[in-house]
Amino acid sequence: MTFVAKPRVHHPLLPTNEIGLTRRDYEGLVSTLCAGCGHDSVSAAIVQACAELAIPPHQFAKVSGIGCSSKTPSYFLGNSHGFNSVHGRMPSVATGANLANRELYCIGVSGDGDSASIGIGQFAHIVRRRINMLYIVDNNGTYGLTKGQFSATNDKGSTSKKGVPNLYEPIDLVSMALQIGASFVARSFSGDKAQLVPLIKAGLLHRGFAFIDVISPCVAFNNHNGSTKSYDYLRTHAASVVTADFIAAGEEITADYAPGEAETVRMPDGSRLRLRKLDGSYDPHNRAHALEHVLEAQQEGEVVTGLLYVDPDASDCHEILDTVETPLNALGEAELCPGSEALDRINASFR
Amino acid sequence: MTTYNDFVIRFANVNGSGSASANGMFAKALFRMGVPIATRNIFPSNIEGLPTWFEVRVSEDRHHGRREGVDLMVAMNAETYAEDVASVVPGGFLLYDNSKGLDRRLFRPDITEIGIPIAKLLLPEFADPKQRKLFKNIVYLGALSALINIDFEVITGMVSTQYRGKDELIAPNIHALEIGRGYAREYLDCPLPIQLRRTSALGDSIMIDGNAAAALGAIYGGATICAWYPITPSTSMAEAFEKHAGQLRTETETGQRKFAVLQAEDELSAIGIVIGAGWNGARAFTATSGPGLSLMSEFLGLAYFAEIPAVLFDIQRAGPSTGMPTRTQQGDVLLAAYASHGDTKHPLMFPSSPKECFDFAADAMDLADRLQTPVIVLSDLEVGMNDNLSEPLTWDDSRRYDRGKVLSREDLDAIEEFGRYVDVDGDGIGYRTLPGTHPTKGAFFTRGTSRDAYARYTEAPEAYTENMDRLLVKWRTAASLVPAPEISGHGHRAGIVFYGSTAMPMGEAMQRLADEGVQLDAMRIRGFPFSQEVTEFLHRHEFVFLVEQNRDAQMKTLLVNETGVDAAKIVPVLYYGGMSISADTIQASVLDHYEKMRLPRLWAVGRGTRGGTPRMQTAIGRGSPGGDSVA
Ligand SMILES: Cc1ncc(C[n+]2csc(CCOP(=O)(O)OP(=O)(O)O)c2C)c(N)n1
Ligand code: SF4
Ligand SMILES: [Mg+2]
Repeated sequence: MTFVAKPRVHHPLLPTNEIGLTRRDYEGLVSTLCAGCGHDSVSAAIVQACAELAIPPHQFAKVSGIGCSSKTPSYFLGNSHGFNSVHGRMPSVATGANLANRELYCIGVSGDGDSASIGIGQFAHIVRRRINMLYIVDNNGTYGLTKGQFSATNDKGSTSKKGVPNLYEPIDLVSMALQIGASFVARSFSGDKAQLVPLIKAGLLHRGFAFIDVISPCVAFNNHNGSTKSYDYLRTHAASVVTADFIAAGEEITADYAPGEAETVRMPDGSRLRLRKLDGSYDPHNRAHALEHVLEAQQEGEVVTGLLYVDPDASDCHEILDTVETPLNALGEAELCPGSEALDRINASFR
Repeated sequence: MTTYNDFVIRFANVNGSGSASANGMFAKALFRMGVPIATRNIFPSNIEGLPTWFEVRVSEDRHHGRREGVDLMVAMNAETYAEDVASVVPGGFLLYDNSKGLDRRLFRPDITEIGIPIAKLLLPEFADPKQRKLFKNIVYLGALSALINIDFEVITGMVSTQYRGKDELIAPNIHALEIGRGYAREYLDCPLPIQLRRTSALGDSIMIDGNAAAALGAIYGGATICAWYPITPSTSMAEAFEKHAGQLRTETETGQRKFAVLQAEDELSAIGIVIGAGWNGARAFTATSGPGLSLMSEFLGLAYFAEIPAVLFDIQRAGPSTGMPTRTQQGDVLLAAYASHGDTKHPLMFPSSPKECFDFAADAMDLADRLQTPVIVLSDLEVGMNDNLSEPLTWDDSRRYDRGKVLSREDLDAIEEFGRYVDVDGDGIGYRTLPGTHPTKGAFFTRGTSRDAYARYTEAPEAYTENMDRLLVKWRTAASLVPAPEISGHGHRAGIVFYGSTAMPMGEAMQRLADEGVQLDAMRIRGFPFSQEVTEFLHRHEFVFLVEQNRDAQMKTLLVNETGVDAAKIVPVLYYGGMSISADTIQASVLDHYEKMRLPRLWAVGRGTRGGTPRMQTAIGRGSPGGDSVA
């Protein structure tokens, strides 16, 4: 791309963040997704979160698998590198990218097909490895890009657009992440920016593996009566536990337990979503409790949203591997090559 | 007649019986005596209880490929006894435990039996049955020291170093050695007519397996990330990387490590990690074998199209997973060359020795960065897992890593325009940038092919074909950068082509063929894409033999496809039984072809002929005998 051809003309009244950048500096290309697609709202929330955090935009590495959701890294953070990789394998690419340069903020975007079906093995294992990243699943309960097949997160009994019921048990990535040891687990709704933006900010600053399952309706294939991931369904079934009250890095991410009032959130397509009140008794530091809470709500046919679990003292993969502070990709011959004298000693050990 | 330093000894054992360490000591003792050897493990895909063989080829002429027939068989496995006895050459020797007596039906009048009552000897000496079982191996080692003249001090010295720290094990081991040695000296005709003698022939050689050498090459070449999934015969490479990097790349003060090793959940993940790291500017590799390579195919295609450096070591074995996973083969050539969907092809390197495993591992890191593409090093079990003599590994301290075309922040500030896939230099290779380099310049979105030269999304047909054509330009650049073929001999009518571990028996095979009046120019292919030299060698000769270890002559397919050479010109010499190809097989196949086609050959003049009198020519040679360009 030609640098001069893309001047950014800022509206003089656009507010700037601490490093003098506006929201525009965190945006990407114009989305080519369907108008009203939940995924675009997630991208917008990422833009807002990153701008508010005032992290230089080029300090991010964006990785994704394949799907409508995985296309979205093109639509936010235009000044950072992105990698639209292979279906279901984003976790491995993210792992490599993070191992190579521990200083970048790594955002992975995936879909429910990408993470809960073809990539479920990689999903499970990146959780175990504690890669320091924010992993977002744009969960629409369907394969958007291949036109509406059921995905594994789809509830049993829900119907496809053609009216065919889903006969198989659903996979809940949130429960899985909790079980395998993710140190930050949240669920949100693409339309609930007030909840989603602080969660993204907290997830980005969390050291270790942060996972957010974002229910993100597909207006083309999964927004009809009978779908449990439609706007209408969620409007009546979402229950929010904790709004992550974001506090800057270094401090513990606390939960606001105060029982909140009913909240009305404007949806990208103009509709409004009414979320349940916060549950003041919820403790996001108890993994077992979090899992129980999710399962209980599931039994009631409700979707719990909010910060379900966080371990503020979590470690990450670099700590586990005890790698040097300098990013591995910044080491040169002097640090990496043991030289001919050492090789003489090695030769001697093979005699 | 006594011969020195020229025989094949094979140990037939049961795996899990502790024979590996005794056999390893045997080989090391010979090496320390300056005796040139090559070792081969022939083992089952099993942990305990199945037959395993360890073979040592002793050859002062440094013929290190496999030779058929066993001169001295140490038959310690009752289950394989019949086939072990049968594999001894006429005039050879059979060492066995005669505590229980031998099945007389297996008696062979043409070989010498050497019975040692190993179990009986041990019974009064060691109370613990487990120890008695383990020391059986040590007893035959002791007996061999007398039978074939292994320097006893060398062995006892090795026992002492091996058990340093576990000193209570030293005395009983040495005692077991002495039991065997004592018995042999007292009751057997020592030494045998096949013997060892010290030489200074080895100079500064080392004894190392190709996987360890490759791991060291990866360290020297600057690899910081190794992602892998266990699979024989590649596992030892990842393990060696972790071990040596732990020693060479750990900061003394902090204990922090300048490398990362991840055992991934599968091979898809392993290659994904390597590609993610390569995208983000770190040198990374994975080591695998055939089944893993199959799984990695999709990712390899993406890396080819997205132009991301990655290094993959395929330590080939016989396929599939329930095939013969612990046997050697060169069966992944076509899979590796064209792995993935769409039009993809990958640079390959074919190491033939541990030294080359080291060199190619380091070179592969440079090559992958320079070409911005996956590079596959095709080793195999034969060269990878067996201890082999090797020149010492060398490193030029003035060497600098070639990180390829990567733009720095300053570079980006200095240029007007950045297009990730623009062919600025005409070599088909664009300039890349790494994440985090510059606040406003040089960021791009990596995807497969649905983009233009500026990495902007498009599905325009012209953009696609233009990109694919540029990748071909890059492919031609690659042909000049992969290791050049090694060509020897000149002006003969016919040639012989080989690659990888098939080179090991080649010197011997060619010598034997020359003795039989068949002189051939030789070419060892070391890299793919094929350079002009490879094509010219094929065109220059009336016909060429192509020796390889797979059923379908995969390299032939590759050569025909890539160079346009007439397929009829290439005569495949194939072996795919899972052992490494022997000089005998090569010799027999080539001679067979000469006979079948009634091709003229030279009389064997003036050379020591192994097979006795020179064989008759099957057709009359043109030109004078002894001339250079007849055969
Ligand atoms: C190996 C492989 N198999 C199948 C596909 C086809 N494919 C592309 S996207 C997709 C499903 C995407 O679903 P999801 O991850 O939920 O993303 P969404 O489009 O719904 O956001 C499939 C099956 C592919 N690209 N690669
Ligand atoms: S098909 Fe569905 S998921 Fe894909 S862009 Fe359209 S609305 Fe979004
Ligand atoms: Mg989906």
